[in-house]
Amino acid sequence: MRFILRRLGFYLIAFWASITLNFLLPRFMPGDPVSRMFARSQDRMQPEQIEALRKLLGVDDRPLWEQYIGYMTNIFTGQMGVSISRFPTPVTEVISSQIGWTLLLGGTALVIAAVVGNLLGVLAAWRRGGAIDSALPPLLVFIGSFPYFWLAMGALYLFGVVLNWFPIRHAFTAGLEPGFTWEFIGDVGAHLVLPALTIVLVSIGGWMLGMRNTMIATNSEDYITMAEAKGLRPGRIMLRYAARNAMLPSVTSFGMGLGFVVGGALLTEVVFAYPGVGYQLLNAVQGLDYPLMQGLFLTITAAVLLANFLVDILYVRLDPRVRSN
Amino acid sequence: MTTAILQQPGKTADKTPAVRKPNRSFVHGLLTNKKALTGMAVMLVFIALALLAPVLFPGDPTRITAMASLEPSAEHWLGTTAKGQDVLALTVHGSRSSLFVGLTVGFASTFVGILVGLASAYFGKFIDEALSLVTNVFLLLPGLPLLVILAAFLPPGLGTVILVLVVTGWAGSARVLRSQALSIRSKDFVAAAVVSGERAGRIMFREILPNMASIVMGTLLACVIYGIGAQAGLEFLGLGDASTVSWGNNLFWAGNEGALLTGSWWVFVPSGVCIALVAFALALINYAVDEVTNPRLRKIKTPKDTERSASK
Repeated sequence: MRFILRRLGFYLIAFWASITLNFLLPRFMPGDPVSRMFARSQDRMQPEQIEALRKLLGVDDRPLWEQYIGYMTNIFTGQMGVSISRFPTPVTEVISSQIGWTLLLGGTALVIAAVVGNLLGVLAAWRRGGAIDSALPPLLVFIGSFPYFWLAMGALYLFGVVLNWFPIRHAFTAGLEPGFTWEFIGDVGAHLVLPALTIVLVSIGGWMLGMRNTMIATNSEDYITMAEAKGLRPGRIMLRYAARNAMLPSVTSFGMGLGFVVGGALLTEVVFAYPGVGYQLLNAVQGLDYPLMQGLFLTITAAVLLANFLVDILYVRLDPRVRSN
Repeated sequence: MTTAILQQPGKTADKTPAVRKPNRSFVHGLLTNKKALTGMAVMLVFIALALLAPVLFPGDPTRITAMASLEPSAEHWLGTTAKGQDVLALTVHGSRSSLFVGLTVGFASTFVGILVGLASAYFGKFIDEALSLVTNVFLLLPGLPLLVILAAFLPPGLGTVILVLVVTGWAGSARVLRSQALSIRSKDFVAAAVVSGERAGRIMFREILPNMASIVMGTLLACVIYGIGAQAGLEFLGLGDASTVSWGNNLFWAGNEGALLTGSWWVFVPSGVCIALVAFALALINYAVDEVTNPRLRKIKTPKDTERSASK
């Protein structure tokens, strides 16, 4: 319990830090992003909306600490202002319409990469010097060396443009009615293949090597020798004795991987014009839509922190040593 | 960032090299290691290309020299872009900015990491708590969105790119170096140095630092890889310094000018392959450092492993 509380405190501090960063950036940056933004959108906005935005972004005559308190109050009551590029939709509405796509894309890719990567790592460590151990790590490291937006471009070109196997843009075909019909789900699945595949390709090597190295250490433990001496089946020793104990670092990586899901899918989303939060973040930056930018950043951070906290709770379940301390 | 997070420098945390290894055998180990030699050879080629770029392809590489979107030919080895620029000249010139930013970011974030890690380990207590907290917060904040936000607010330029990459990249190296420095901090010779009244700075940089040379090197390599990849990513998003020629900017223009949709693969393949080759070469050197310092990962079969595979 103390462990959980400590972690919770840490995540709250991290969240506070990102809110404060959000608050300070537009106020202390050289140049004036706010007036640039207003110049672009003045004619479409109501005076009171401009006033609210000025306050949000710090074009404001009040003393700094008063602005800061006002800003915090707004964040915790969910008032993030209205989007400029999609005027007059509130920022919260824009974000909630898009976070689902990111979770779908990132979640699918993360689960596939983690499961397959860990299995390969287990096998590689179990047969040191075998086919999997000698051929796959260099290959996966080489693939992992490519910038993943570049792999995404390559996949888009090869499978989308040249071979024309999969759709190359957006999350579903325009004009298709969203709903729980087989047609729509199949269409979403087809649009998911290429973006998810590229994320899996670049991240699988990290999972595999991490698992392999932990497994090598675990394999030299006495209880493995003991299990062999008892004459247990190799498959049972590998999965129930060795892999099970080597899993813990992977659980932690899974928490960090979740951060990658929400934030890191950004480049992939941009290449495939996939309508997730990352793609929207870039659009917001290009459209000088500062309220949306800030809202997206906070949402992404909050999601990452929450995911890590959930992994911590899971960790307490998995590792008795954490509980007893 | 690989796998944004997976490729971040923090990933090297699993390394547990022997602490006080004589330096000569380390260099010798590297020079006889095939992975290290391959990696260094590739890096030397790229560094040579970067230095010789103005000689090989004099003049501005962005000037228009031919028809648009030509396939690779004897005249233009890698074809031309949709604007009619020579792709080979752009790629060779691009190595200058990419390597420069990568190395600068790598050295700067390793340097910050060393300072934070050593201070944490040496002073301990409150300072360690505070520095670790800051490090962990930076590790946890999603890197790529933070990069994008920072780049959006700061004025565009090469300095901004470097600054932003260091801000998001130092935390991983700090964490690795701190845990290594902590284990050295608890050794007797450090205690002896403290008792004999040496100054804090001297103990940190003359006693502790030299003993973690190999892990500093591993961290540095990981940081350079991160710097090159993250710069390319930032520029690909159009948030870099648009006035320089670099691999990331080449890819940005390739994407913007629709090289993918018109089938001009020669426009986007070279820059991506170059980034991958450099990152792979650095990763090879990094693995070699790992193997040399961590005997467990060497490719020698232990008696136990041979027995087991024989019994199968």
